[in-house]
Amino acid sequence: MELNKLTAHELLDLIKNKKATPQEILGSVHEQIEKSEKDVKAYVRINENTVVATASDERSVPIPIGIKDNMCILDQETTCSSKILKGFKAPYNATVIDKLKKSGALLIGNTNMDEFAMGSSTENSCYGTTHNPWKLDCVPGGSSGGSAAAVAANEAIWAIGSDTGGSIRQPASFCGVVGMKPTYGRVSRYGLIAFASSLDQIGPITKDVADSALLLNIIAGYDERDSTSVDMPVPDYTQALENNVKGLKIGIPKEYFVEGLDPEVKDAVMTAIEVLKKQGATFEEVSLPHTDYGIATYYITATSEASSNLARYDGVQYGIRELAKKTRKSPLLDMYDETRAVGFGAEVKRRIMLGTYSLSSGYYDAYYLKGLKVRTLIKNDFDKLFADFDAIIGPTSPTTAFKIGDRVNDPLSMYLSDIYTVSANLSGIPAISLPCGFSKEKLPIGLHIMTKPFAEEMLFRIAYTYEQNTQWHKQRVEL
Amino acid sequence: MTATATRKYETVIGLEVHLQFDTATKIFCGCANKFGETPNTLTCPVCLGLPGALPVVNAKALEYAIKVGLALNCTINPFVKFDRKNYFYPDCPKAYQISQFDLPICSNGHLMIETADGEPKKILINRAHLEEDAGKLIHDNANNCSLVDYNRTGTPLLEIVTEPDLRSAEEAYNYLQNLKLTLQYLNVSDCDMEKGSLRCDANISIRLIGETKLGTKTELKNMNSFKAVKAGLEHEINRHEAALESGQTIVQETRL
Ligand SMILES: [Zn+2]
Repeated sequence: MELNKLTAHELLDLIKNKKATPQEILGSVHEQIEKSEKDVKAYVRINENTVVATASDERSVPIPIGIKDNMCILDQETTCSSKILKGFKAPYNATVIDKLKKSGALLIGNTNMDEFAMGSSTENSCYGTTHNPWKLDCVPGGSSGGSAAAVAANEAIWAIGSDTGGSIRQPASFCGVVGMKPTYGRVSRYGLIAFASSLDQIGPITKDVADSALLLNIIAGYDERDSTSVDMPVPDYTQALENNVKGLKIGIPKEYFVEGLDPEVKDAVMTAIEVLKKQGATFEEVSLPHTDYGIATYYITATSEASSNLARYDGVQYGIRELAKKTRKSPLLDMYDETRAVGFGAEVKRRIMLGTYSLSSGYYDAYYLKGLKVRTLIKNDFDKLFADFDAIIGPTSPTTAFKIGDRVNDPLSMYLSDIYTVSANLSGIPAISLPCGFSKEKLPIGLHIMTKPFAEEMLFRIAYTYEQNTQWHKQRVEL
Repeated sequence: MTATATRKYETVIGLEVHLQFDTATKIFCGCANKFGETPNTLTCPVCLGLPGALPVVNAKALEYAIKVGLALNCTINPFVKFDRKNYFYPDCPKAYQISQFDLPICSNGHLMIETADGEPKKILINRAHLEEDAGKLIHDNANNCSLVDYNRTGTPLLEIVTEPDLRSAEEAYNYLQNLKLTLQYLNVSDCDMEKGSLRCDANISIRLIGETKLGTKTELKNMNSFKAVKAGLEHEINRHEAALESGQTIVQETRL
């Protein structure tokens, strides 16, 4: 039995029945890393001495987990895959890390990502590209590409990602795993290095829906250190895993099935809808009229917030510091210029420039403020639908994983791979991507489900029902 | 000040007072809010602006701001918002100051003063908004470097901004005296200018009597006593008058 290919809930059963130990599980994960990490490159740092704590109580979940490299871990390097943060060791744990450590989680290492979570392919990393375990010359998606690839390659049982515009769901879709973005405010962002604060949310990347619910149980909840986290009780999400969608009403937005959608992806999604129909859900074509403005609104909002959030990387307190060889403006200004010129990659610089422009006086009203208003219109679209529908369904991404290098020089085509996912961030609602088939090239396809705010249980119920009536989540890569 | 000049020109002054609250902790974190401690001993990830840290507003600072607002006859706004003022400087670890831009906590107030003739006069207060104080730079010339002390970073500040209603250095002085008395009575700050608990910036311009447009202003900063404010303003009034009388134009500037 290859322990590393099992899910967390299967492993917990084995541990409970004394058929496996956390050490054995950790060993099998490390063995896999030994074998395939040189090809996949999912991790930027691997902890050699992961401590297996003696199980303290029944809730203990001693499962090996990968952590995206943008969450602060006490005294360990966290870099957001950026040169500018090389050497930065946080003097504190992110709330999510605290919660995981308390649950007995085995932190295997930090997973690769697009620099500061800006990207859809994990190609924008100062450590190099992560490869898609299903097809090594393809991207794993991004920005949580390392986390999704680690889970798909069985180099982690599960992983944590962050999602600003699809950064959990799109790589999950490309790598054939389950990626879930909770409602904004459901999981504390304290210690998550900010990209766009009003959109960022931490969530689980797992092999199946049951694990997604289990991991969300661990990380969700109010945190007084994050004013945007919501003080609402956290239900036991595993209780929502019900193989039953009878009577549920699900909307299919007509705006999602248009030009640019790969016919193979479309077919897989339509087939998935048939599966749920058979289980008793009813489907209806609906409209989200502001869908077309999603990408533009997203990129204006996200880059504006990023330009402000990333201003602190100036060489003063932490990370790298570069000094000018010859004084140009002043020693201080030269240090800022040099540090940022050397420390940031091209995509991050591009977005800082876009965001700075949108926020600058004279353009603020035309761009950032207008963006906020359109964002409200997009949210209104969803609010209206959720008055009548339990969920909305569609593809996670218009295509399957593309070849490494294919879109690097075409940022716009890269941005379009987030077209179906950004709306959930703009409107703050929960969403999940789960495997629903493969292309002829044997690349995974993702099914995307969204529900109203704090209706994660409904999301899990529909996703679980789909999974119970299909086999896609049982597929494993051989590496 | 010459008697003829005073009749010809009118002085226009607006004041911005920065008041440090003496809350037990800082405005967005739990660090102690104290003066004169060893550098960088009163810090945490939040006030150091470390990656991933998030601000949580101090309820006491809001309460103090409301107290001041009520004492200054302000409208207390039921919906307030914090904004970021972005700028690069080593005393500002996030490269932005959290402040309030379009929705401040207090607006449209006034404070009564006495004019030179002993008449009561209403000085309108445009707004009072909450923000965080910056750190302190210490220039070490011997070693040719600058050091940063972040103890002050995140000290709660209330910026109280008047309308340009003050017509002489003396009125400005009287306003500051009355304001300080009010603030001390509220017990929200020690109002010690030496320690920087109360700081004052002034905008001053002059114009011909009868003119409705404001003249070119000079900004006066970092004055460490009310007497210094008065003296500084008197000096500027004389300088502006002399310049206009000799046919020069005033260049807008900030004087430290
Ligand atoms: Zn602090």
